[in-house]
Order: sequence, then C-alpha cells, then structure tokens
Amino acid sequence: MLDKIILAILVSAIAFFSVYITTPFLIKGLEKRNLTVKDYNRVGGAMVPRPGGPSILVGILTSEFTLYVFFPTAEILAILITTSLAFVVGLIDDRKVLGGWFKPVALAISAIPIILLGTYIPHLSFPLFGTVKIPELYIALVIFMIPVTGNTINSIDVLNGVASGFMTIASFALTISLFIIHNYDIALASLPLGFVSLAFYKYHKFPSKIFPGDSGALTLGAMYGVLAIVGHVEIIAAVALLPAVINSFLFLSSVKRIIEHRQIKSNPVTHTDDFKLMATTNKDAPITLVRLILASGPMTEKQVGLVIFRLSIFSAVLAIVTAFMMGVKI
Amino acid sequence: MKEIFLFVFVMWVLIIVGGGLLISIIAPLTISGYGKFDSILDSGIKALIAIILVIAWIFILSKIKNWIFHKQIKN
Repeated sequence: MLDKIILAILVSAIAFFSVYITTPFLIKGLEKRNLTVKDYNRVGGAMVPRPGGPSILVGILTSEFTLYVFFPTAEILAILITTSLAFVVGLIDDRKVLGGWFKPVALAISAIPIILLGTYIPHLSFPLFGTVKIPELYIALVIFMIPVTGNTINSIDVLNGVASGFMTIASFALTISLFIIHNYDIALASLPLGFVSLAFYKYHKFPSKIFPGDSGALTLGAMYGVLAIVGHVEIIAAVALLPAVINSFLFLSSVKRIIEHRQIKSNPVTHTDDFKLMATTNKDAPITLVRLILASGPMTEKQVGLVIFRLSIFSAVLAIVTAFMMGVKI
Repeated sequence: MKEIFLFVFVMWVLIIVGGGLLISIIAPLTISGYGKFDSILDSGIKALIAIILVIAWIFILSKIKNWIFHKQIKN
C-alpha cells in the first residue's frame, strides 16, 4: 500500500508541475506566432493565446507514462492512446474550421483502442439495483462515451476558467469514487487528470492568460471518458458531469441538431453597459447553462463561473453519494 | 438559482430510477414461443422499452427546463 501512496504523490506532482512549468512557455510561443483569439467578455476584448492543449497533453503523458513504468497495464495504455488521439482531433479543429459532425465521428474512432485492448467490462453498474450485462450494447456505449464526454467538456468551455475548474472538481470526485469502490489502480491513473486540470486552471482562471481550445477541452473530456470505462464507473462519472450534461442537453433541445458553436448565429449571452453578462432576449438564440443562470439577471463573468463551480461541487457530492450507494443492494 | 440545483438533483434521481427499472423490470423479461426469433425479439423489445424510457426522460427534463427558464425570467 505504501508504494502506491508514494506513486500517487509522484504522478500527481509530475502532472501538476509539468503543466505549471510548460504553460508559461506555451503562452509565450503562441503569442510569438500570433496564435491568439479575442476574449469577447473582457472590456476592450483582450487577445488571449490558444490552444493550451499541448501543455495539458504533456502533463497527462508524462504522469501516465511514469505510472505505466511501475504498472504496465492495458488500462493505462488505453488512457494514453485514446487521450492522445482526442488531442489530435482537437488540434485539427483548433487549426481548421470543420463541420459539426467531424468531432463526434473522429472522437468515436479515438475510442477504438479501448475496445482493441479489451479494457472494458460489458456490465453497467447501477446504485442500489446491481449490474446489467449488455455485451453488444456496451461496445456501442464505449464508442458513444468518448465523443459525449469530449464534446460535453468542450461545450462548457465558454467562460474564463470554467472548463479547467469544472474538470478539476469532476475528476477529483471520480478519483474519490474509485477509491470508495476499491478500484485503487484506476483511482491512481485518474489522479493526473485532476492535477493537470488544477495546474491549467491557474492560467485559465479569470482573467485568462490562455484558453485550452478544442485540443485542451477534448483531451480532458476524452481522458475522463476513458477513466469512466476502464474504471467501470460510467454512472458515477455521468453524475459528476451533470452540469455540463445539462448544458449540452439545453443546447441540443433548443437548436434540435448537432452543430458547431461557430455556426450559431445568435449569441445566447450579451453585455450590459458596465460589461456584465446578460441573457439575450433573442428567441432564436440557443438556451445554455450560462443563459439559464443569467435569466434571473446580469452577472459578472467571475460570478457566473462561481455558480457553475457550485453546481459542479453539488454534482460531485451526488457522484460520491452514488459511489457509496454502489455497495448497497435493495 | 436553487431551481438549477433542483434540475441537477432531478436528473440524478432519474438516473437512479431509470437504472432500477432497467435492472429489476426490463432485464429479467424473457420472450419465448417464437423459435429462433426469441433472442432477436427479446433484445428488440428491451431496446424499444429503453428508448421509450429515454424519450420520457428527455420529455420530463424539457418540461423542467422550460419551467426553470420562465421562473427565472419572471423573477
């Protein structure tokens, strides 16, 4: 047990410091190459470097490779390959404007290593009621899961610090849940996700010094999805992700089709004279979590972010309660 | 703002209840008397019930979403 605790501290430190150290260099490099985008929610519209995905990937790869040296398991290999593939998909989307269907299809292909490596159990475990065996359906679930988690995190990346802060809370909830259900090996493999997100949050929080971009958001989301599958905590993972799931649900139920965020003609959020965020009155604009939060009145970007974090903490608690309920059978 | 927290909580309850229905009622169902078509019919009917449950789930959530949105605007 002591060796696992030492390893947990080691991989967490590698994950955190590799992102903490490399991100300032990435910011400088992106600024030099003029790879910046306008932050529309900031007074004066500051130009912010993007994407931060490369430093996020460095953090994940260095820490997971370290773990793989000590525990060479197929599960860690699946995490490494699928997360890297999702990063490539995100990087392509960062550089080129592609259709709404590109990301879901490419991310579905990224999930194939999980199946080829056989790192899944075709059972779906529910709290209180036990498990259901779905051999064929589970393969579809694996293919479906990575695009869903990837795009869900990507869709919540709308305000300074929200995607990385949200991911920090959700992934630590997942790690705690994995410990509760005694899946220590995957709990260990999930630690880098939380620490990478936390280190990136330092630069992504309001006012952002860097944006994760599609490469960053998809990398975080895809790794979360792989952990849910290889850790056999699909339902717990879905619960921890509920605020982001609600955001996607609100968006899809209002636009009624899969489209890229760049294709939205009416912005769901506008600004007041003192540059607070305000829900639009345009009926054609999609309903999002931010628009729903702002429906009660204008708020600053930081305040909206804090509401989303409170929602994340609430669903993280529900996820941990769900993990405890896994051990109870009616 | 508490309505959004309620939305999250309702989604959580729906996940647990949906899982319960799936495992305790739908999964044990067996179709027989159709020979070689038994397993296809069995899987098809179970998948159909699951799809109906998902549609019902989305319908309930849409109603809650509209209620929250209108309540927030009124406030």
